Amino acid sequence: MPETLAVTSNTADGVNEQDAASGGRSTTTSGAWQRLLTAKFVTGTTMVLLIVMFGIVAPFFSQNPRKIDNVGLTPPGGGHLLGTTQIGQDVFAQLAYSTRGSLIVGVAVAALILALSALFGILGAYIGGTTDEGFSLLSNVMLVIPGLPLVIVIASYVQQKSVLLVILVLGLTGWAASARVLRAQTLSLRNRDYVLASRVAGERSWRVICVEILPNLLPVMSSGFVFGIVGAILAEAGLSFIGIGASGSLTWGTMLAGASDGQALLFGAWWWFAPPGLMIALLGTGLSLINFSIDEVINPKLRTYRVRAIRRGGPHRKGSVEPA
Amino acid sequence: MQVLKKLLFYLIALFAAVTLNFAIPRLLPSNPVDILLGKLAQQGPIPPQTRKSLQLLFGADPSVPLWRQYVDYLHSLVTGDFGVSVTYFPAPVVSVIGAAIPWTLALVGLTTVLSFTVGMAIGTIAGWRRGSWVDSLVPATTILHSLPYFWLALVLVYLLSIRVGAFPLSGGYDVRHTTPGPSWDFIASALHYGFLPALTIVISSIGAWLLGMRNMMVSTLSEDYIVTAEAKGLHPMRIMTTYAARNAALPSIAGFAISLGFVVAGSVVMEQVFSYPGIGNAFLLAVQNNDYALMQGLFLVITMAVLGANLVVDLLYQFIDPRTRART
Repeated sequence: MPETLAVTSNTADGVNEQDAASGGRSTTTSGAWQRLLTAKFVTGTTMVLLIVMFGIVAPFFSQNPRKIDNVGLTPPGGGHLLGTTQIGQDVFAQLAYSTRGSLIVGVAVAALILALSALFGILGAYIGGTTDEGFSLLSNVMLVIPGLPLVIVIASYVQQKSVLLVILVLGLTGWAASARVLRAQTLSLRNRDYVLASRVAGERSWRVICVEILPNLLPVMSSGFVFGIVGAILAEAGLSFIGIGASGSLTWGTMLAGASDGQALLFGAWWWFAPPGLMIALLGTGLSLINFSIDEVINPKLRTYRVRAIRRGGPHRKGSVEPA
Repeated sequence: MQVLKKLLFYLIALFAAVTLNFAIPRLLPSNPVDILLGKLAQQGPIPPQTRKSLQLLFGADPSVPLWRQYVDYLHSLVTGDFGVSVTYFPAPVVSVIGAAIPWTLALVGLTTVLSFTVGMAIGTIAGWRRGSWVDSLVPATTILHSLPYFWLALVLVYLLSIRVGAFPLSGGYDVRHTTPGPSWDFIASALHYGFLPALTIVISSIGAWLLGMRNMMVSTLSEDYIVTAEAKGLHPMRIMTTYAARNAALPSIAGFAISLGFVVAGSVVMEQVFSYPGIGNAFLLAVQNNDYALMQGLFLVITMAVLGANLVVDLLYQFIDPRTRART
């Protein structure tokens, strides 16, 4: 099995120094929340919330994003906050609607991936036996078949694509990695004493899964969900950019494709091609920051070896903070 | 036994890919054969065996049962008959792929090696000297990682090609003044044209290597054998390279081999930005021209490269890292 694919996954020990300074290792929920409220988490959440608010609110105030005008390629200023495209469409309005479009695709695909990976990962590992082997074989096969080419092949056979179809294709081709992670976690959880105890006590399977196992998987699943959003938005942008995204939709990818087709580069229309890319980068960065913070809360290992590594040497010779 | 099991798995995966390739055009509501024949007819008379071979690939002939179509399809794949390309009519798909592969291999292969080497080196130092200025590069890589790389390519083209004029906008070499061949003119031209695509790939992929290596270094440094090495009073340089980096690099080496497999897939979207004459560009041209035969051929070649690389990693990894042998 391609064991190796999972190793570069995100057990990222982000750089969190203030956390070590705050000391107190409380295992209560409120302690976990306090640990989560780091500068990194707050920055990330603020970035993401601002973009989401922009996507929800701005379309109500902006102009019609498709309205063609004879003021092509005007720089920002005046009636057009971010200038116009080659055929005089308002870039700000396009950006507002694209933000909404891209966010919808991202969240929908991530939700679909979450559902599929939970089905194949958790259920398979819990039931075990042939079901597990079958599900695990399926996800391993899906994992080694290259995703983007497969998506391109599928998407190119359908001439008129709806947003829903793009979401389905991205979801159906993207769940494997996350299913593998969930399977590994579930395998280790299902033999814990409290799970065995509840099974011996005669709990029904769905209750064991939902009440005993699922809560312990939530951090992993939420981090997978966050990465799913970024991945889906990037994949959709790539698809739209090469011209096989959803027909007639407005997303950051279609904006970039429009800018590229409309020779925005040659005309130096930076206000057209810069904003969508920056929005993707900002959203991605914000979500990654959130993910690093979640990681540090749920993975005690990262905290332990951080302190030991500081003791080992280097510029910060603080001495051991961690109780043995 | 282990080896056999792995081989079997990759056979199944290959079989799944081939079957997907067979099933997708038949499941989706369009008729590629008619679209293709329409396109081909514009370019000249169609010999009857072309229709036959297209129907084999895409299965539009309702009189043949599905299992028979499948057997014929497998047979034509095994004999290397991928059909005729519409985009490059009348070249067969196999020769189109053969012409595109060297470009992608050279560009993406070299840049993958380059960004791996540099990323690993910086990652080693960042993990070794935590909290120093090298380590502060790490948050920056997060941003680079979330950039859509085709957008990065657009920005680089805008700044370096259009504003500064240092590099050509697109293409693989100077078509007017050089011809492909082992001449210095051609190589120099190819290097000049390849610089921006290469820079894009390096910038957007270096972060992942850097971050992965840095994190592995950090966790390796907390191992007991590092403490032992320190206690023995070994030179720090030696601890960093021979004790820490050597072990920390293992997962990245596996990832590197896999990404070599993806070299053939090229950076599909990147090649679109630069109109680079590689696999990705051929793939996109195939998509735009409804060139289903070429598209399917390319998909199979890409899949086989990725599967092959994964298999090699799987087989070699237990020799590189003996610890995994006990675990599996």
